[in-house]
Amino acid sequence: MSLAGETNASAQAGANSVNWLRLLPWGLAVVLLAILPFVFGSGAGLTVLNQMAITIIFALAYNMLLGQGGMLSFGHAVYMGLGGFFCVHLMNRVEFDGLWLPLPLLPLFGGLFGLLFAVIVGSFSTRRAGTVFAMISLGVGELIAACSIIIVAFFGGEEGVSADRTMGPALLGIDFSSQKEVYYLSACWLLISAAAMYLYSRTPVGRMANAVRDNEERAEFLGYSQRKVRFMSFCASGFFAGIAGALFAINFEILTEENLNLATSGSVLLITFLGGVGFFVGPIIGAIVFTLLQTVLSLFTEIWQLYLGILFVMTVMFFPFGLTGLIAIHFRPYQLGKLGTLIIPYALIAGPALGFALGSACVMEILFHARHAALGDETMTLLGVSFNSHSPAPLLLAVAVAGLSVWALRKLLPAFKDAWDEANHAGDAS
Amino acid sequence: MSLVLVNLLDGLVTGLLLFMLCSGLTLIFSMMGVLNFAHASFFMLGAYFAYQISTYVGFWPGLLIAPVVVGVAGALVERYGLRRVHKHGHVPELIFTFGLALLIEEVVQFFWGKSQMAFEEPEILKFAAFSIAGNAFPAYKVFMIFVAVGIFLALLYILTKTRVGMIIQAALSYPETVQNLGHNVPLVFMGVFGVGTALAGLAGVMAGPVLGTFPGMAVVLGSIVFVTIVVGGLGSLWGALAASLLIGWLQTFAASYNVTMKDVLTSVGLSEPADLATSALRDLWTLTLPQIGPILPYLLMVLVLAFRPQGLFGKRET
Amino acid sequence: MRKLAGLLLGAIIAISSTAMAWAADTVKIAFIDPLSGPFAATGEQGLAHYRFAVDELVNKNGGVLGGKKLEIVPFDNKISAKESLIQLKVAIDQGIRFIAQGNSSGVANALTEAIKKHNKRNPDKRVLFMNYSAVDPALTNAKCNFWHFRFDANADIKMDALTDIIAKKDDIKKIYLIGQDYSFGKAVAAAAVKYIGAKRPDIEIVGNELHPIGKVKDFTPYARKIMASGADAIITGNWGSDMVGLGKSVLASGFKKPIYTYYAASTGITKTFGADGKGPLKLVQEGMINPPASERAAAYMKAFKAKHPNKDMGQPRIANVVEMLAKAIDKVGNATDMVAVAKALEGMEHEGIFGSKIVMRAKDHQAIQDVHILAHTDEDITFDLDNSGFGLKVESTVKMAAADSATTCKMKRP
Repeated sequence: MSLAGETNASAQAGANSVNWLRLLPWGLAVVLLAILPFVFGSGAGLTVLNQMAITIIFALAYNMLLGQGGMLSFGHAVYMGLGGFFCVHLMNRVEFDGLWLPLPLLPLFGGLFGLLFAVIVGSFSTRRAGTVFAMISLGVGELIAACSIIIVAFFGGEEGVSADRTMGPALLGIDFSSQKEVYYLSACWLLISAAAMYLYSRTPVGRMANAVRDNEERAEFLGYSQRKVRFMSFCASGFFAGIAGALFAINFEILTEENLNLATSGSVLLITFLGGVGFFVGPIIGAIVFTLLQTVLSLFTEIWQLYLGILFVMTVMFFPFGLTGLIAIHFRPYQLGKLGTLIIPYALIAGPALGFALGSACVMEILFHARHAALGDETMTLLGVSFNSHSPAPLLLAVAVAGLSVWALRKLLPAFKDAWDEANHAGDAS
Repeated sequence: MSLVLVNLLDGLVTGLLLFMLCSGLTLIFSMMGVLNFAHASFFMLGAYFAYQISTYVGFWPGLLIAPVVVGVAGALVERYGLRRVHKHGHVPELIFTFGLALLIEEVVQFFWGKSQMAFEEPEILKFAAFSIAGNAFPAYKVFMIFVAVGIFLALLYILTKTRVGMIIQAALSYPETVQNLGHNVPLVFMGVFGVGTALAGLAGVMAGPVLGTFPGMAVVLGSIVFVTIVVGGLGSLWGALAASLLIGWLQTFAASYNVTMKDVLTSVGLSEPADLATSALRDLWTLTLPQIGPILPYLLMVLVLAFRPQGLFGKRET
Repeated sequence: MRKLAGLLLGAIIAISSTAMAWAADTVKIAFIDPLSGPFAATGEQGLAHYRFAVDELVNKNGGVLGGKKLEIVPFDNKISAKESLIQLKVAIDQGIRFIAQGNSSGVANALTEAIKKHNKRNPDKRVLFMNYSAVDPALTNAKCNFWHFRFDANADIKMDALTDIIAKKDDIKKIYLIGQDYSFGKAVAAAAVKYIGAKRPDIEIVGNELHPIGKVKDFTPYARKIMASGADAIITGNWGSDMVGLGKSVLASGFKKPIYTYYAASTGITKTFGADGKGPLKLVQEGMINPPASERAAAYMKAFKAKHPNKDMGQPRIANVVEMLAKAIDKVGNATDMVAVAKALEGMEHEGIFGSKIVMRAKDHQAIQDVHILAHTDEDITFDLDNSGFGLKVESTVKMAAADSATTCKMKRP
């Protein structure tokens, strides 16, 4: 998918003429999505892929608000969750009341239900942007999450509502009992939604969302109602969040309170920001990385959430444009043909950087083990080495590695910065 | 009648506790324009630090030391975190404090684990100060009331009557002018953030023994603190006090009286559906006031924001 | 980026499959419970006990199937239904056929549904669900299925036992019911109303209310209401911080009469209540800790405490899960034919280490066993909780509680 987001929109002034090169990323995405299940055919692999697809749609929808519209929401899980709950009920109607509804169409209804709710809430929450919007979204989010426990008829209380996806009319003999069939369904809807959201950002309404984000007053002077523009973005975002919710319902066959609560709303903010809010692909990268981190890290360490928190705070502090921003800043050296000159500086700092990351992670792991492991259970294994977590030597070693790495980094960074400036500088070295 | 009196007192304690948290938050907001999502996390840190200190030297030193430690931590966060993010605008600031809240919860679990800590009020205050119709009122809660009122008076005095307060108020509205007058505005900001978080820490020390000291204590209070200052009007000390008390009483009275929706609905002439167990409206009919008590503040906030975005006492829009 | 993701994913799967091959000679049990987040303390205790139980009770005595060892593989479900389903898939992918879970009835409901669907869709990879703690009665009634076995006494059975004891206390005339507003809290309240009405119609239920789960910051208003109602006893199913909050507020308001609870112990709760809770605080639970049921039980707990001085044996039934499963596997002769293992578990009678006979009732897969009323105290405590000096002492016992109780379960057997 195209890396070019609205930040360098001027570079694509001639976007109206069909540019076949621009379709290339989409073509690659189709091929990749089609062959992925052959690489990871196992149930767990497919589950992770399905989860990724759902998260990507949700994060893209969220970024329609945060990145494109400048609206910070602390309650966006509500629209995904409500869309999902509605779809679970639809599936149950299919199973018990004989409603004729093929499963592949279900996400459309989830989207419409998300849209309906976005229209209702958006009618008063989008009057203002900024903190007011953020606080209303928080309030509405908490309200709906609390209602989910109270209104048992719709939300099923604490245990949620479950359904069976295989009960619908089978089209072409596909009843969606296998993970692979569900994966292809999710992948199709991922492509449709991503393309639709991309195209939306190119329409005049999508462009106006950016204008309102950047300067409300100027947009008003141009004759656009900033409130209407925000409302449109909000509704569109609610629609796609609803689609994500429907796919969640199909994949997990259960919706619970946690689909609506602040933690889910917070994690989509985290994902989107981690990926980079200024780029269309930002949320996609964020969703992939986050899902992998969640799955992989929690396999290897108990304190994965601590790492995630550190990573997030670091990102906000040092890379406010997210992972995609990190990739995008290499675009200029690439254009200048100087990307190659960065290889050696990168290789030089890679060692200490890795040393610092591993060293400090080891310090934390050892401390955690020494503090919380069972008595007598003093051996722990890190990076394939077993040792006694209560003896000071390993801890000192880890501290020393981290400290030395910091020292080396401080030594190496000025040279790296020079190389970086040089790579971003047009023309020969001055 | 006596129950109403007891509820009034209980609500006062809840409200004043909320005020101790909100006063710091609203101070920080009015100075720096940033809503500190991690405020309740500093509250939690206060409780945990005080617990740790109390295991060595008892409750009272903890009451004094823990808020100072939290304040210093807060000032460091401002200096090395928030100030760096500040240049990117308010949204990244909000996101930063949001991330910080997650991080602090993890850090607390890293050091103290996930169980509830046995943090208790001091022995000397472990008696019933008085009782009304058989309801004991613990001396510790009386102590809480005095501390909270003391903080309110001290803040009011500092902000309106002292030179430091003048500078803070001026820096609020005209930061550049104040800077040009030779005052160190970043230092003022750092100080305000430190004091604000120290107040949250103090609230944590006070609340730890009553509400329990566990890793989820920040989340439970986190968003309610926002609700309070938004309802009261961002940046207004009086607003924070009024909204805290309002929400304290709202929650206490909502939890105390079993008004059921059934009574309300039948009193307006509706009759209970015969097939209640399967009716789609069954949840409406079985609803009670204590059930919806905790969501009333959020409802209040959404209403206030939709109709009076500056809050009850606020002068400017958020 | 996607390629990188793909590579990573490949790496994980490669790692997990090598781990599988490496330990292929063990019979694995997936432990799916919270190991991070607010309920991790309970999950970690359960995991420690499971690991201890398989080693102590099975592996040291020669394992199962003539030498294979039982192995516990932990999966962190973050107490989320969604994560549990993901972890279930991962576990099944690793070839694990036994799933143990207990914390949160919501998660158990999600798992039992998912396992039912999985077993229907994949008859060659069926799995069994060992529910060791989730006590929502629905799991062995309306929502029962052939693959689910519950080893704890469910909320109804515990209430049946509790009300047997309450019925004998003539000084109790008024009872206040309070619980968390969700399926389990409602089940406790409904059972209390039913059994008290049947056994002691003269007892007045002066309060029956549900509060939002995990949302109440200060329980004082509830405590005031309880005081005002003049209740002689409180019954609550609250757990976690809701239990601590409620208990502390009620005690601080001057309540001196019995508070009957389901979960007011361990993971910091016992320590927090300390001396304040002595007298009023009671617990209904299976498993006899104090006094120890036998020399064997005492040695077992002592060895556990030596290994995990900061953890408690909060869920004694875990020992029964391990022993009964091992018995069933040995009886069938393999650990792959799940229908046969399930049939072996059905109706199994077992002498539990904690002094009670356990019968896995065939009609609904609910374990029937002795249920005790325990008192929170520091007297005659051999094994305390939270290292606080306080622990749970058996006050009275209901033998084979609710053995002939009715069930609405219509078990469909393959």
